[in-house]
Formats: sequence, structure tokens, C-alpha cells
Amino acid sequence: MALSNEYIQEQLVAKFGDQVYAFSTADGMLSFESPKELNLKVLQFLYDEPSLGFTFLTDLCAVNYPDNVGGELVVVYHLHNFKENVRIRYSIATAVATPDVFTASKLFEAANWMERETYDFFGVNFVGHPNLKRILNVDEMDYFPLRKEFPLEDQTRIDKDDEMFGRG
Amino acid sequence: MEAHHNITLPEGSIEKQTTTLNFGPTHPATHGVFQNIMEVDGERVVSTEQTVGYIHRAFEKLAERRPLYQITPITDRLNYCSSPINNMGWHITCERFLKVETPKRVDYLRIIIMELARISDHLICNSIVGVDTGAYTGFLYVMQYRELIYEIYEEVCGSRLTTNIGRIGGFERNFTNTAFTKLEKFLNEYPKVLKEFESLFTRNRIFMERTQGTGGISAERAMNYGFTGPNLRAAGVDYDVRVANPYSSYQDMDFTVPVGSTGDNYDRFLVRNAEMWQSLSIIQQAYNKVLSFKGTDAEVYHADVPEYYLPKKEDVYTKMEALIWHFKIIMGEIDLPKGQIYSPVEGGNGELGFYLISDGGRTPFRLHFRRPCFIYYQAYPELIKGGMLSDAVVTMSSLNLIAGELDA
Repeated sequence: MALSNEYIQEQLVAKFGDQVYAFSTADGMLSFESPKELNLKVLQFLYDEPSLGFTFLTDLCAVNYPDNVGGELVVVYHLHNFKENVRIRYSIATAVATPDVFTASKLFEAANWMERETYDFFGVNFVGHPNLKRILNVDEMDYFPLRKEFPLEDQTRIDKDDEMFGRG
Repeated sequence: MEAHHNITLPEGSIEKQTTTLNFGPTHPATHGVFQNIMEVDGERVVSTEQTVGYIHRAFEKLAERRPLYQITPITDRLNYCSSPINNMGWHITCERFLKVETPKRVDYLRIIIMELARISDHLICNSIVGVDTGAYTGFLYVMQYRELIYEIYEEVCGSRLTTNIGRIGGFERNFTNTAFTKLEKFLNEYPKVLKEFESLFTRNRIFMERTQGTGGISAERAMNYGFTGPNLRAAGVDYDVRVANPYSSYQDMDFTVPVGSTGDNYDRFLVRNAEMWQSLSIIQQAYNKVLSFKGTDAEVYHADVPEYYLPKKEDVYTKMEALIWHFKIIMGEIDLPKGQIYSPVEGGNGELGFYLISDGGRTPFRLHFRRPCFIYYQAYPELIKGGMLSDAVVTMSSLNLIAGELDA
């Protein structure tokens, strides 16, 4: 039996009730959300339940929505069931003031560095992570550059000294 | 036996039994900017910790200010051994997001370019594995065919390494006859070369001794570590994005997915070689299909998407509408639809994914690259633990790590 999006949704709702919500298949991939406290339970259920079998973590990243008060940071998991060839997207939101999320690195080794990267760029604090430190940026950095509060430099700024750039 | 040291340790201190070795970041055997701080016991690796990020260029942040077409040159610089796959992957992501249908001829031309890129990627990786086991000849010998592939790129898009090939909706220009002539030359001559390359290595006693049983991983561990591409297939999992989620009409092609069993360096080498044969067959099939188009169909090289595909230059000078589109595209004044998409392609070293989120603005709200080697490089300490230091070098090159992709 092919694994359908409806079946996955039914299974999740049967297990977690109204704690899983915002189901959508807008781009063909089933996506849903849950409170951040449940993330490990949901991931473990998707992993362990034989009829679901989402045993491959394709991608883990974060998105910053500064206008979404109380859920400014969203951590997105892309999971894949190789046997049935089905992908799903699962996201949890957390407040930027308390960006604590349980780590998935015990379930997926692959999550280790992806969580470090997410911490590095967004400051999501993965509780229980074995080695949560910056990975691509320098250790001395004291901000999280992919957050929207850090805009890129204005390309039209004129306060630069042209002499210094060989344009004088 | 009493040990003699130049340094006298303070009374009561415990002597460290292992040596700390800094391997990289600019060691000739790392083939890229990789640093490993290893603990070695004689020649054996006890543990290692990787340092990455030396060439981080903040692509995801840069992408948040660029209209779609300006992001293509960023993707060039991910896996620069197979830039065209990244470029096409990005165009395909945009087309899926914008719901643009590409003509079949464009799909087949793209397949030709992508498979050429895969061959050049695997060729470099496998011949470097040869170099690291002490056989430089293969590397120098196959280089002339990578050169021929680069000449084909040059005919199609004008550049060689960072190609920026194609546009959203198709190609910037039709393939020239020279491009097809060079492609035919490649299809004629390369099988012989690949065969010779294989006979240099595949049953070579020294090569087998060096690669068999080193750097191995089981299928379960490989999946848990997020392996994709040839490295996962070498461990025995037949996952290939071209089959699982076909794009660019790969479903029209007839090919097999080679798999290994032990996931060691030798299997990775064999899988890559077998994939090159498959790629050759795919190119031949795609080329035959391209040749089968007749009349005006044989001139099609892009889809009809005026919002994203630049009009012809002569039209820009003579037609008002073309001028308007030209201006809007170049200035990036076209709003994207709202939504998000995750779109994967089979890159040279694994599943290259683009996760694009748009809030309806002119640029992506967020763009995340799923970079295969960033994810599977985590397994490196496990792969080399307990092995010889010289095997660690071979394992690193056989994983096909590309620093540009890893550090994004």
C-alpha cells in the first residue's frame, strides 16, 4: 500500500490529537507543525511506527520570521521514507527570547552538524546536543547573522572612502 | 623498556600516550581547505575532530537580497566540480516554484549537460583516489577528457568552471554545431579511456589492498548519518533522486542504479565508475532524442516565460514590450508568488536540495541549500577510527568532499 499523505495525517492525529496542526500539501509535500516541546516525540513516532518509517533526515534548518511574535524562529525538518519514497516537512516554532529546542542528534547522527549550523546562524539552542558550538563562523562571533535583524550592507552607501578601493 | 624524552615531566604527571596531529587546512593531501585535529597512536588514528568553515561565504544570506537569476552564480560555487548540476538544480527549483513547464528538448539538453558534469565530477574524485594511493598516471590521463567536457560547457555558455549555465526556462542560446561535434567526439572516445582507467585500477593489487576494507560504513549507519549519492549507494542503498523524484524528464531515460555492499573506499570507487558508464548511456539516449526533433521543434531551447527569461537583444532594441521585460528582469522587479518548496536533484556527490521560501517579495525570504557533503562529512571520524593515517587520506578523497559546497 502506498503511503498517502492522508494516512500520515490520520496516524499523527490519532497519536497526538490537536497537538499537531497546520497540515498542508500546498507544494505536494505534506507539512505540519506542533509545539516545540513535542518535537522529539513526533520525530521518534515517525521513525518508529512501522507503517510510517521516516528514518532519513534529509534536511534541518531554521527560518526567522521577526513579525511572528512568540514564534520568531521556526526549525524545519525534512524527513524522507526511502521505501515508500515519501517526503514530509515538519516545523516547530520557538520564541527568539527562549530559543530552546530539544536536539534530534540522538535519533539522527546527521542532525549533529545541521543543528550546529542552525545554532551558528540563528542561535537556536539545541538542548542536549553533544557539541553545540559554532561551525561555519568564527567562534568569537557574538551574533547570529541569518536573523533578519542583521540586514546586508546597503549596496548604494556612499560613506565609503573611494580612495581606499582604488576608485578615487 | 624505559622511554627517553627530551622533556622531563613534572613528578606525578600522567604521560599522554598519543600524539596530536594537525592535518590541514592546507595540506596537499586534503584536496581542499579541510582541517582535522587528530589523535594518533603511532600510525593509527584514535580520534579526530574536523574544523570546517574556512571558505564560508554566507551564500544563504546573500541569496536573500538577490532576484532568482542572480542566485545561479552562487550555486556555481557550491560543488564546483559539477557546477552545471547545481545551476540546473536551481533553475528546476525555480521552475517548479513558478510552475513553468519546460519543453522536452530543453530537458534532454539539460540531461546531457548534467550527465557530462556528473562524469567530470566522478572522474576527478576517482582519479584523486588513485593519486592518494600512489598512482598519478590515471589522474593526468583522464584530465584531457575533463578538458573536453569543459570545452563543451564553453561552447554552450562561454565559461568552464563556474559555468552559470542555462536560464530559468531553458538555455541562454541554442547549442552550436561545434558543441554537438565535441559531444560526439566525447561519446566516441571516452568509453575507451574509461575502460583503460578501470583496467589501471579496478583489479590492481596495490589499489585493492589500499582501498578494500578501509573507510567502510554499514547501510544503517550511512542512512543515519544522512549519506546520499554514490557514498550511500556504495553502502547498498539504491537511493537516487533521478529515480525517486525524477526531474528534467529523467523518467524517459533507461538506466540502472549501481550499488555496492560494504560502503568502503573500494565500493565507492566502483560505484562511481559504474555510474560513469550509466551517465554515458544516458547522454547517448538524450542525444538521440535531441536529434529526433524535426523542424521548428529542433530549434527550441527555452520555455515561454517572459517574466524570467530575457528577450532577444534585437527585440529589446526594437520592441517596447521586450524592453520592459528586459528592464524588469535585470532590475529584479518581478514579485515572486508566496509559498515554499523543497526541490532536490542528484548532484555529483549526493542529494543537493534547495529549500526556497518566498513571502511574495522580489527575492527569496529564505533560501537553504542542502549540501550533501556537509552532512556526510560528519561521519568521517567514525570512518577512519582505528585505521591507518594513510587510509584516512584515501577515505577523505573517496568521500568526494568539496570545500566550496561544505562551507557554502
